[in-house]
Amino acid sequence: MKTKWLAAIAGIALAVSVGAGPASAAEVRIGFIAPMTGIFAQVGKDMSNGFKMYLEDKGHKMGPLKVKFILEDSTGKPAVNVRKAMKLVQRDKVHMFLGGVLASTGYALAPVADRFKIPYISPVPAADDLTQRKLYKYFLRSGFTSSQNSHPLGEWAYDQGYRRIVMIGADYAFGYETLGGFQKAFEERGGKIIKKIWAKLGTKDFGPYLPQIPKNADAIMTLMVGPMSLAFPKQFRAAGFKMPMLGGVTSADEFTLPSMGDEALGYVTSAQYSAALTTDKNKAFVKDYQKRFGKMASYYSETSYTTGQWIELTLKKIGYKPGKTLDFIQAFKTIRIDAIRGPVYLDKFGNPVQNSYVRKVERVPGDRLGLGVRPNSLWNVVIKTYPAVGQFWKWPSEEFLKQPVYSKTFPNCPNCE
Amino acid sequence: MMDFFTANLIRVALRILVGVALVYGLYRLIHWANTPARKTVATLGVLVFIGAITPFQDQFIQTLFTEILVFGIMAMSLDILLGFTGLASLGHAAYYGVASYGTAIIMTKTDWVWTFEMYEWASSIGMGIPYLFIAGIIIAIFFSAFFGFLAIRATGVYFLMITLSLAMVTWGVAYRWSSVTQGDNGIIIAERPTLLGLSLREPLPFFYFTMAVFLICLVLLYLFVQSPFGRSLVGIRERETRMEMLGYNVWLHKYLAFIIAGTFSGISGVLWTLFNLFVSPPDVELIASAEAIFMVALGGPATLIGPVIGAAIIRSLQQFVSIYVERWPLILGAIYILTIMLGKMYNVEGILGMFAKLREKKAAAAAENSTS
Repeated sequence: MKTKWLAAIAGIALAVSVGAGPASAAEVRIGFIAPMTGIFAQVGKDMSNGFKMYLEDKGHKMGPLKVKFILEDSTGKPAVNVRKAMKLVQRDKVHMFLGGVLASTGYALAPVADRFKIPYISPVPAADDLTQRKLYKYFLRSGFTSSQNSHPLGEWAYDQGYRRIVMIGADYAFGYETLGGFQKAFEERGGKIIKKIWAKLGTKDFGPYLPQIPKNADAIMTLMVGPMSLAFPKQFRAAGFKMPMLGGVTSADEFTLPSMGDEALGYVTSAQYSAALTTDKNKAFVKDYQKRFGKMASYYSETSYTTGQWIELTLKKIGYKPGKTLDFIQAFKTIRIDAIRGPVYLDKFGNPVQNSYVRKVERVPGDRLGLGVRPNSLWNVVIKTYPAVGQFWKWPSEEFLKQPVYSKTFPNCPNCE
Repeated sequence: MMDFFTANLIRVALRILVGVALVYGLYRLIHWANTPARKTVATLGVLVFIGAITPFQDQFIQTLFTEILVFGIMAMSLDILLGFTGLASLGHAAYYGVASYGTAIIMTKTDWVWTFEMYEWASSIGMGIPYLFIAGIIIAIFFSAFFGFLAIRATGVYFLMITLSLAMVTWGVAYRWSSVTQGDNGIIIAERPTLLGLSLREPLPFFYFTMAVFLICLVLLYLFVQSPFGRSLVGIRERETRMEMLGYNVWLHKYLAFIIAGTFSGISGVLWTLFNLFVSPPDVELIASAEAIFMVALGGPATLIGPVIGAAIIRSLQQFVSIYVERWPLILGAIYILTIMLGKMYNVEGILGMFAKLREKKAAAAAENSTS
């Protein structure tokens, strides 16, 4: 009787050990955390689509390595992101993880990367300080910093003759940093920010905020995210405001444009990408993306696609050994990539230096852009390109880093009325 | 050598087999545990079993078990209010939130010199964790004493609304008072302090630490509900006016129960901070409070251990189902609805309530047989 039991136990143990078998060595495991549910689900889909598209293009292989792609739903909450990152590292033993949407997510995930000594690549979260004052060894960025594109926009706004601007933004890190950068650049040239309004993240009814906007401002600078971006221009125009609208990248990106109407016409935003770029690379990308997913490509999908390319180039450089984490990080920072958005490389803080496009929402008649998709629709037409824009804009990094990170209280509002 | 496919098949089949065996074992165990003594034995047995198998699990499972225990404490503390006293609080995450925010602030806010130096000093002699617990508990007691004072006068829906709004105020403060709470960014803690020189950095030691705290909480709460005071709370739940007629100070009983529940919720809050090393406003949200209620309702109110089972089910579902199913909130929602609907239809309270009901039925049938 006893022997029978022992045999059974031994049998089970054997089966388990065989079943557990070694994971195949020639693979790179990449974790991807993005909101698949919740209010940021559409953004999350755009991100994962971009990355999947790259993998499909490459037949799920990077050089000799098979790619194991593990997608986790973050629901858009920083705490869930942290939990999912732990899961990816502990259970799936990933070589790296990427993803996250909100700047706050970036701040939450970077320390996790350092704790587990696994690289975290941020294609979207644009938290300024992660490549400025709070550097993390295992943090890499392939996207942008929040204020990176709003510095040139501040200058552009001054050049247009705007002198008195009111700002309204989503009440969280990305909002503070984008609008803070705009304010610094704009006021340093001599412009005045006459009011700053912070709206709760996810606001759909701007009723309580609209009456606070002074009617005599030259323009309004906004930073909206997700559903806010759709609601604001409509309600703003409906309330009778005629002033020009400027905005951060998310205020009118390719992902909100298809749902917008004429109220968005003339909206000027700045970003490192526009689907309306007329380069051959971009035309091919936009067409292909439209064909596969039936949607307009956005900077979320572009940056995820580019990140895939970036990872592959890095792996190639280190001889396809994804387990060599420190080599990977080193190599990642030296890659110069001719991406869809334009040429990109990292500065010594690990932040991309790239083109910054000032874009204006226009209804493009027919297929004038030659993209072959979505005729007569709204596009972010590039009206000015600032080449090789880094996170410090025109200021020397030492001087820039002396100021605190942009926040609700910095820069304060000396010209507020 | 077996090929890869067969090996995988065997592994999956084995996992399913083990899973079924475990569930069936648990089922028999709960059936068997029909007296207080047996219940104690069964509970301790399960905990010892979990403690024994954890080292052989991967880190993900170890972390999941830890998470379950943390939320188990939270669910048990709510059970004191919801199950034993019959007060439906929809703001229980507030006390857990203030404690976790409190400890996070103590650990990271360097410009509050006094609290930070105290913490530095405590952790330099290896007492960082006890210090955090004491601080967290004091904060939770303070807040639950204050909020309870405002809420306890009301009953039913009004009590629910007041606790809800107080919790929303806590959320608002966490979200808006960004100079202290870092607003939406949340507070990030670099590393867990050591406990008397022992590192809790790895998931396994931290699991055992959490298990120890859990056991202490379980014993204390068990003693509490078995005490005459705990009994009188059940009396208040059943018939408040009668208890008043009998000369009990109902208000004071409820108030103290509220504070005790808040305190233990605070303990789980401190553990959560140490566990996730990250606190942000969604931790204090309405959803967090509602989830705690579901844990209690799913496991079985007024049973102490039931809510822990509820916490285990809900937390594992959140971690596991989301891997396989994209629309996982649907499944979770379906389980919530089923719990409430079936509970109402058959007048059953949670999983443990179901077993109690079955037992009653059996006993009734046996009694009928013997009389006829």
